[in-house]
Parts: sequence; structure tokens; C-alpha cells
Amino acid sequence: MPDMSLTKNPMPEQDPQVRVTNFDEVALGYTDEMAVAEAGRCLNCRHPLCVIGCPVSVRIPSFIQKIVEGDLDASYEILTSTNSLPAVCGRVCPQEKQCESQCIRGKKGESVAIGRLERYVADRHNAKKAKEAVPVPASNGHRVAVIGSGPSGLTCAGDLRKMGYDVTVFEAFHKSGGVLVYGIPQFRLPKEIVQTEIDNLIAMGVEIVNNAVIGKSETIDELFEDGFEAVYIASGAGLPQFLHIPGENLLGVYSANEILTRTNLMKAYRDDYDTPLKRLHNVAIIGGGNVAMDAARVAKRLGDGHVYITYRRGMEELPARKEEVEHAAAEGIEFQLLNNPVSIVGDENGRVVGLELIRQELGEPDEKGRRSPVPVEGSNWVLPCDAVIIAIGTSPNPLIRSTTPNLNVTRKGAIETDETGRTSREGVFCGGDAATGAATVILATGAGKIGAISIDDYIRSKT
Amino acid sequence: MAYRVVTKKFLNDARSICLFEFEAPLIARHAKAGQFVIFRLDEQGERVPVSVAGYDREKGTVSVMVQAAGRTTKMLHTVEQGDVISDIVGPLGRATEMEGLKKVCVVGGGVGCAIAYPIAKEMHEKGIEVTFIGGFRSADIVILKEELAEASDKLVICTDDGTYGRKGFTTDALRAEIEENIAESRPQFDRVIAIGPDIMMKFLAEVTRPYGISTIISLDPIMVDGTGMCGGCRVIVGGETKFACVDGPDFDAHQVDFDSLIKRAAFYKEEQDEAAAHICLMTGGKRVNA
Ligand SMILES: Cc1cc2nc3c(=O)[nH]c(=O)nc-3n(C[C@H](O)[C@H](O)[C@H](O)COP(=O)(O)OP(=O)(O)OC[C@H]3O[C@@H](n4cnc5c(N)ncnc54)[C@H](O)[C@@H]3O)c2cc1C
Ligand SMILES: Cc1cc2nc3c(=O)[nH]c(=O)nc-3n(C[C@H](O)[C@H](O)[C@H](O)COP(=O)(O)OP(=O)(O)OC[C@H]3O[C@@H](n4cnc5c(N)ncnc54)[C@H](O)[C@@H]3O)c2cc1C
Ligand code: SF4
Ligand code: FES
Repeated sequence: MPDMSLTKNPMPEQDPQVRVTNFDEVALGYTDEMAVAEAGRCLNCRHPLCVIGCPVSVRIPSFIQKIVEGDLDASYEILTSTNSLPAVCGRVCPQEKQCESQCIRGKKGESVAIGRLERYVADRHNAKKAKEAVPVPASNGHRVAVIGSGPSGLTCAGDLRKMGYDVTVFEAFHKSGGVLVYGIPQFRLPKEIVQTEIDNLIAMGVEIVNNAVIGKSETIDELFEDGFEAVYIASGAGLPQFLHIPGENLLGVYSANEILTRTNLMKAYRDDYDTPLKRLHNVAIIGGGNVAMDAARVAKRLGDGHVYITYRRGMEELPARKEEVEHAAAEGIEFQLLNNPVSIVGDENGRVVGLELIRQELGEPDEKGRRSPVPVEGSNWVLPCDAVIIAIGTSPNPLIRSTTPNLNVTRKGAIETDETGRTSREGVFCGGDAATGAATVILATGAGKIGAISIDDYIRSKT
Repeated sequence: MAYRVVTKKFLNDARSICLFEFEAPLIARHAKAGQFVIFRLDEQGERVPVSVAGYDREKGTVSVMVQAAGRTTKMLHTVEQGDVISDIVGPLGRATEMEGLKKVCVVGGGVGCAIAYPIAKEMHEKGIEVTFIGGFRSADIVILKEELAEASDKLVICTDDGTYGRKGFTTDALRAEIEENIAESRPQFDRVIAIGPDIMMKFLAEVTRPYGISTIISLDPIMVDGTGMCGGCRVIVGGETKFACVDGPDFDAHQVDFDSLIKRAAFYKEEQDEAAAHICLMTGGKRVNA
């Protein structure tokens, strides 16, 4: 008999007062008892709606039933048959917009906590797995290059290695993991989890070359000359956008990428690292997505003053994961919604002293029913702050497209692909943010799987 | 991956600037004058950009010449031949443009001479007529005397205090060279390339402006990734925001907004001074990991 309680089993969390003083993970994970209880809420639907909501069609009721049965190995197998990074996705997927938004239990009360269960299964697996040796698949003698070690590149590399390919991943940064290590903070996604995945790939025989910026250190054409038969581009969308408003070059204006890279990748928050970071006091973030929430929560932890999220639409429209918004609010982040930035105000030394905003009103709904904000004439005001962090989005880096002849790109600079990940260049495939523009971990992971299958088909067709 | 130091050599009596030749085959294969690399000493280290001072494609090595400016560069100076550092990435940035040039004046200020040297050398090898003006505070920090003489048709070294070469600043020396070209009715420089402290480049830009001589400078704003990802290196050129790491480091001196550049460079000063003050005196900056 399923458990008919209307609410999810709550996630144990670090107390907000305590966690704003550290970088440890906020959500602590289910115990075995909690997981079994939560799994018991799943109706094991014959036509599961949750699966339709999942971008990679994880067989959700099946993996949940295995938790009920106590067979976590089988549960993990089911998860990873469509999603290579369950420990990551369980933590960072926008479940409330995907699987959980469709779950039948959500029609009355809360959906099943699918994300938390996914995380539980993966964490239990990783804790156990650490002690076992990873099998090394035999080589089939064909070499494939993967550019970028984010979720898309790692997934593609892992799947190809399992098929027998000799895979080399080229990564620009000194550390592998893409946004999972340089962008998403430790308190949301412990870096040890990403490292475990990377260590597994290396143990399987994937070679990772760090400090290799493709387009600079080596071009795609040279990779082919060096004997690679196919290339998978998974270089992400790391180029920060700026607003082009007055004051953007004042001292104390940062892109979210700069703050996040300095803290997450280069550990400016730890005394034993050399990375400098300006002391933060009152900080205004521009933007309302996951990147904005992460920047705000990092600023709160590093600083000693107010941290504001400024966003031109309302609470409902914030594109960030719901959980992140709730966590941010609990940590004392202040939301200045329906406010659009006009300019950044500086003092005579060129340092930021405030952010000029104009209040917005929600106008008439458009065809899609979305009410777009309209500025309220004469409502400008200045929010005092000494740092402004711009988190309005990122786009694909031009380094690869500008050094690879005949590689077609979209108007927005993303690399053009068909649904199998093929680009306009023979033997060159692409997926993840580099092909879609900034999106999600699960879509990047899914694209990596498709890319691996397409590359396998391609190399087989040639030999 | 680790990168081994094959040669280490101090370049002046003051031992303020040191050459390091690293094993880095990927970089050696592609490096060009005007580009830079970013190195990191170890797991706790900062990412520090330095220019490519030379490369040996056969041996697979790349050289940099680094001034001990603050914490990380001082620590680098304690790295010995045979030691390894954990990371070098590159080559980054655009190479210096040389197409179609016939006669240039390359101006270096202090460690800027090290950055300017490979550019002068490559131009000289291409048959471009090179006048090199090197400026230093005093005799004990002068570097690359022979190398610069070899890489140029005419070498002028000046020191602020007159302890070596001509007494005075590079701006005066450059003006004198330009005037001499006019007085002797020799062809004027098609281009001036200047690398040194921001303030020197700012004044050099004003020297060449009235003569209408195209002037390129190499900027060194604070950087993190060096691939266009953080925007920390933004500079204003011709009223537009540019990322020095991918759009530069070379820019048109007559278009650069020097005032914002100089303010930006000073922004981390307090933190840097504090970090430099915490260099371990017992180890001289060598990190002793527990
Ligand atoms: C701060 C932040 C928070 C986020 N939060 C969430 C979240 O909660 N949930 C969610 O689903 N998504 C989130 N996202 C989005 C998600 O992280 C991305 O969609 C995903 O990481 C894309 O994966 P990818 O593999 O395509 O690229 P990336 O993760 O961007 O990895 C690309 C890698 O390629 C490397 N690279 C780039 N160019 C080159 C080159 N020329 N040569 C060699 N290597 C190169 C980069 O250094 C990087 O390591 C967030 C993003 C950010 C920035
Ligand atoms: C493209 C480029 C090429 C360069 N080439 C050379 C070179 O060939 N030889 C050389 O000796 N130096 C070069 N530099 C400067 C060198 O990067 C800095 O001296 C170094 O970062 C100082 O680090 P530190 O920790 O020792 O000192 P810090 O105490 O951190 O700083 C000392 C001084 O260096 C400046 N600085 C600090 N961090 C950076 C940074 N990330 N980028 C730029 N400047 C910084 C500071 O404003 C300060 O004035 C170059 C810089 C750039 C951007
Ligand atoms: S829709 Fe909800 S109840 Fe039904 S199978 Fe999916 S998770 Fe279980
Ligand atoms: S150094 Fe990060 S964008 Fe230039």
C-alpha cells in the first residue's frame, strides 16, 4: 500500500545561520529510512507522467521500486542506463519543472521527491563503489577526441570508452568538470562528487589532458592530423554577457563567472589558497537564474553585508531552481524584484557605490500568457552597494568556431547540429551548452550519450 | 601533468627578472611572439599570466621572463632547474601583427623589454628594420643587452638615473628617434610597439599621436582564465569594452582608455600587499606542504 501523505519527506539541511558561515553542502541527503519512506509514496504508475517530464526519460518508477525492494545496485543500474551523472543531477536538476512537475501525486499535495531519491541512490552507490576496481574495457584501436570536460564531455567520453574507443578529453582549465567545478558552488554540489566521476573515467582508461585550449593550444584540424577519427565538441557556453549600461567598467563590477571561478575553481574562500578576492560587503546581483542565486549565496558567505537579487520580473518568474530560491531566502538574501538596472553608480575613484534601478510593473499578458514587465516612469532609485555582480547569462565561446573552418554556427554563436549531434564538418560532433546555448546539466548529459552513439555509428560506417 | 624547468637564469645583477624555460610541447608547437601563457605553481597557486619570451619547437620548450612583482612571481623565483610546476596553459591571446611592416620602433620599459624582445626578434628575422628603445630605472636591472642588440638594427638603452646608456625616459628617446627620421629625411616608422608600465605607455601614446604614427601597446590587466570566460580583463578601447585575453593583448594605443586601466590595475593592491607580506621568510617563499 503506498504511503498517501501529501508532503515529501523533508530533506535534512544545515541550519541557515550556520551554513552562511561555511561552504559545506546545504542539503544533507536522505537516510535509508527516509528514502524508503519517500519511495513508498510512489504509485508505480502504469503510464508514468514523470518519465515524460524527464528530458532523458529516466525510468523513474522502476528505480524507485528498487529502493522499496532494497536493491540499490539494480536501482543505480536503471538510473545510469539513461543518465550518467545521477549524483549530480539529483542535486541540480530543476525537478520542479521536469519530472516532479508531471508526477501524479503532485495533483493533490506534493510530488514524489524524485530528485532526492535519485541523489540517495547515487550517493549510496558511490560510497560503496569507492572500494571496488573499475573494469577497463578493451581498446578497439579507434581514437576519439572530446573537447571540454563538463557533463556533456564526460558522459560522451565515458560511453565511448565503454564501447572500446580510446578517448582523450582536452580541457582548457587546470581542473576537469566544467561548470560542475568552476560554476556551481561547493555548498550545492561538493566537488568530491564530480572528482569521483572523473576518477572513474580515468580508471576506465579515458585520458584527460588539462591546460589544452582547443583553438589555441591545438586546432580541430590538427587533432585529425594527430590521428583522432572523430571529435566531440562539448565546450559549453562560458562567455559572460554584459548589460552595456553605464558604469559597467567601474571597479567592483564583476561577471558572475569571475566571482564563481575565483571561489569555486580557485578556492578564494580558503586561506591556504593564493587567489585574491576583493572583500565583499553590500552586493547587488543582476539576474534571477541559478547563476544569480549561486553568486548571491557565495557573496553572502564571503561578505559581511547585505546581498540583493535584483530582477526585472517577479518571484514566480525567477528562472532559478525553486529550491535554490528558497535556500537563498533562508540565508538572508534580499529580493528586489520587478526592478530593472539602469546604470551603475561610482564615486570619484571609479569604485561602485550603488546600482540605479527602475521599478517595473507587470503589463498585459502576451499571446503566451506571459506578463512582461514595463518600467514605471520616474520610479528610478539607487540601491547602495559596493559590488555589482552581473549574472544575466552566458553564450558559447567563439574560440573554437573562429579556428575551425566550415563549422556552421547559429546566429547566437552556438554550433549547428542535427538531432544526432552531427555538425557541418565530417567527423565533428557537438552537444551540450556549446550546441544549445546555456541550458541544463541533464540536457548536456543526454547530448553526450547521443553524441557517443553517433560517433560510434560514424566510425563503424567508415571501417 | 607537470611542467619541468629545463633552464633557469637570472637576467640582471639585481636578480629581479628571471628566465625560465619549461618543457611544454603543446605550447611550443603553436606559440608566437605577442602571445602569453598562464602558469600555476601548485594546487593552491594563483593563475598568473606571463608573455611568451621564446620557444623551441624541436625541443618542445617555451620560455618566459618573469619579474618578481608580488607573491606568486616571488615564489616562482624560488623554483629551480629540474623542479616542476603544476600548470602552464597557452598560447593565449592574439599574436602581434607584423604583416606589411617595413620599419618599426619597439619600446620596452623594465620587464616590458622581456615581453618586447621576442616581438623585435621575430620582426628583425622577417627583415623589418627594428629600432629598439629599452628603458630601465638604473644599471643593475638592465636585461638582455646582447640579445636586444642582436634583435634590432639600432638599440637605445636609457636609464632614469643615467647609470647605463642614455639618461632619461623612453618617451624622450622615442621623440628623438622620430625627429631624427624627419631631420635626416629617412622613412618614418610605420609603427611603434610599446610594452611597459601603463603610465609609460600612456605617455608614449601622446608622443606618437601628433606624428600620426600607428602605435600598438600590449596590455596586462588582471586575468583569471585567459580564454574570454570571466571578463575580469576588460579594457575600454575606442569606447568599446574588450577582453584583453582574447581580443588582445595588443591594442591601438591611441584608442585605449588609460585612466580606467590604471585604476583597475590598482584595485587588488591591498590584498596583494597583504599576500606578499605573508610570504614565508624561513623558506623564502617556497611552499612547504604538510
Ligand atoms: C553558476 C551556474 C549554476 C548552474 N546551475 C545549474 C543547475 O542548478 N541545474 C542545471 O541543470 N544546470 C545548471 N547550470 C547549467 C549547467 O551547468 C550547464 O548547462 C552544463 O554544465 C553544460 O554542460 P557542458 O558539458 O555542455 O558544458 P560546461 O559544463 O560548460 O563544460 C565545458 C567545458 O569545456 C571547457 N572548454 C571550453 N572551451 C574549450 C576549449 N576551446 N578547449 C578545451 N576546453 C574548453 C571549459 O573549460 C569547460 O570545462 C548552471 C550553470 C552555471 C554557470
Ligand atoms: C598578458 C600578460 C602578459 C604578462 N607578461 C609578463 C611577463 O612576461 N613577465 C612578467 O614579469 N610579468 C608579466 N605580466 C604581469 C604578471 O602577470 C604579474 O606581474 C603577476 O600576475 C603578478 O603576480 P604576483 O602574485 O607575483 O603579484 P601580485 O602581488 O598579485 O601583484 C603584483 C602586481 O602585478 C599586478 N597583477 C597581479 N595579478 C595580475 C594578473 N593576474 N594579471 C596581470 N597583472 C596582475 C598587480 O596589479 C600588481 O601591480 C603579464 C601580464 C599579462 C596580463
Ligand atoms: S508520476 Fe509520480 S507516482 Fe507516478 S511513477 Fe512517477 S514518481 Fe511515481
Ligand atoms: S581573463 Fe577572463 S575573460 Fe580575459
